[in-house]
Amino acid sequence: MSFVPGQPVTAVVQRIEIQKLRQGENLILGFSIGGGIDQDPGQNPFSEDKTDKGIYVTRISPGGPAEVAGLMMGDKIMQVNGWDMTMVTHDQARKKLTKQKEDVVRLLITRKSLEDVVSQSKGQNPRPGCFTYKH
Amino acid sequence: MDTESTHSGYSSRSGRSNRHGDRSRDRHKASSSKDSSRSERSVVINPPDTPSQDSPVHNDEPLPGEPTPAADHGEDAQDDNWGETTTAVTGTSELSISQEEVVGLGKEIQDRTQGFWRYLPLAVGSCVGLLVLATPLVFLLLPAVMWPDRLNACGAACEGLFLSISFKILMLLVAIWALFLRPGRACLPRVCVYRAFLTTLTLLLTMSYWLFYGVRILDAQDEDYPGIVQFAVSLVDSQLFVHYLAVVLLELRHVRPCYSVCVIRSTDGETRHYNIGQLSIQRAALSILEYYYRDFPLHNPALLSASKHRAAKHLAGLKVYNVDAPGSTAAAQPSDGSQPRSLATPATKRKDNAHNELYYEEADYERRVRKRRARLVVAVEEAFTHVRRMKKEDENATPSDIMDVHEAALAVFPSMARALQKYLRTTRRQHCHSMESIQKHLAFCLVNNMSPKAFLETYLGPGPTLQYGPERWMADQWTLISEASVTSGVKEGTEFLLKCLDFSLAVTVKGIPYIRLTEEYIDPKSHKFILLLQSETSV
Repeated sequence: MSFVPGQPVTAVVQRIEIQKLRQGENLILGFSIGGGIDQDPGQNPFSEDKTDKGIYVTRISPGGPAEVAGLMMGDKIMQVNGWDMTMVTHDQARKKLTKQKEDVVRLLITRKSLEDVVSQSKGQNPRPGCFTYKH
Repeated sequence: MDTESTHSGYSSRSGRSNRHGDRSRDRHKASSSKDSSRSERSVVINPPDTPSQDSPVHNDEPLPGEPTPAADHGEDAQDDNWGETTTAVTGTSELSISQEEVVGLGKEIQDRTQGFWRYLPLAVGSCVGLLVLATPLVFLLLPAVMWPDRLNACGAACEGLFLSISFKILMLLVAIWALFLRPGRACLPRVCVYRAFLTTLTLLLTMSYWLFYGVRILDAQDEDYPGIVQFAVSLVDSQLFVHYLAVVLLELRHVRPCYSVCVIRSTDGETRHYNIGQLSIQRAALSILEYYYRDFPLHNPALLSASKHRAAKHLAGLKVYNVDAPGSTAAAQPSDGSQPRSLATPATKRKDNAHNELYYEEADYERRVRKRRARLVVAVEEAFTHVRRMKKEDENATPSDIMDVHEAALAVFPSMARALQKYLRTTRRQHCHSMESIQKHLAFCLVNNMSPKAFLETYLGPGPTLQYGPERWMADQWTLISEASVTSGVKEGTEFLLKCLDFSLAVTVKGIPYIRLTEEYIDPKSHKFILLLQSETSV
């Protein structure tokens, strides 16, 4: 998941669709994010490359919509509803996720185990639901 | 040349320190210069069994101040026993007043320092000083006395020169007194090379001026008095510069630190490090001894007996047999008939228990010391509550209650004496403190309003050697053992040994590293910071 400046970023991603849950006045997704280009990447416990300033999932509330949809802790969010999440500030990412007018978010996330699975099964057909992400 | 030098003190007189039996004859100080015939004094040291020399001799004449036998008897004895006698140089150049021992110490302990030795360098230094100071005045007076009628008149410039001569002579007088005529701190084994050199230089300078004066002025009966006055002024100037050289060589070189010495005491391993300047080995040894008296805790042989017992037990467990010669196996009588190879077995068995024993013994000792110390602290605090300073309202108290400080100390002392005695016995320092010294210290603390803790501090740990009485100092028992000549300078890697009666100080010298310091400029405006956050937002 490291990126070389000027080269397209490639990653193996998984598409996850989360239905927002209404809780009082708010629509919540049930997870927490960390990271962003204005944050300190060295303190990110989930990233392999400590210069990676992407948005990561840091916590998942048990039984929440994110857990139900299959999101896991440590996932890096690449896209939210088509909006890119690899080069955004923390606040921009939060805004894209918490738009009150949308009640569904479609995420493209990547994690290390996906890469491993794909490289292990080279030559075989990739699992349905896994797409190669070209930025 | 000489491989060892000994500080003999005046051992031919005292009979005590004849163990300084190292034989070395000092030839290193060349006797060519005119002043150095007095600059070496050899004292013959005899072991107690050679009765040949009763009185020390030097260069076939008895030393001044020693009882003089018949002259030929002295000469015969000197010649016959030349190869066997011991000579060690004790004296120093006449300008180094290092014959005296520590002031005050010598007076009380012993009278080895004869009055003559103490004052001889002083006297000789004064003579040279007088010669140096009187010469310009004589230069000025002689023409006025011998041919006054033919002398040219001396104008205002001349009077200015008179003034400058008088002030310069005054300054020279004070400077000579300050540098050379002070009481010495110690008695060193050999001549100080720089002092001898400076004496020679001074006398050479004065003699050459006298030569020129005699030839050009006295013989020719020169009439140019201003010229003579300028001649005298130039002499005084040169002498002042020689004195400046003396200050640089004798004082300034020693001050700037150049070497770092490591001093280790042989018996208990106490180590200290000091910085010294460029000194000769004997002067470095002197500085180190002065630091020793200030910094090192008192040497306590009673504390070393424990390790000696352990060592003795180790040796007792080993049986050593001689198995080399076939005939000797019959001679070797092993007491229990075990094989000669069993060197290892008894030793290993005992070694298994030795560290255990040491551990428990030390833990037990610590506990005992701490218990006694707790009792002591409580006893002293309680004792101090019984006495306090007299205040205004106490003036009406009964006169028997009002005491001066010594009586107060005597009254308070018994309540803490037992606890203090037991504590000192446990830490094996009871021989260092006598009852009188404790009472004196108590009186001192009472006078100065000290707390009980301040009073106790002296007794809780071994202090520096100087804190105890003069009988512990052993200031005259030091021997310098060195492979290099002791007047050579201290260099990187020099090692020497300072031996006292039952311990020695091993000294090693290392150079202070050459430090290269570079500079970096940081613009104060370049100190800028960003805040790095790691926030977590739940969505």
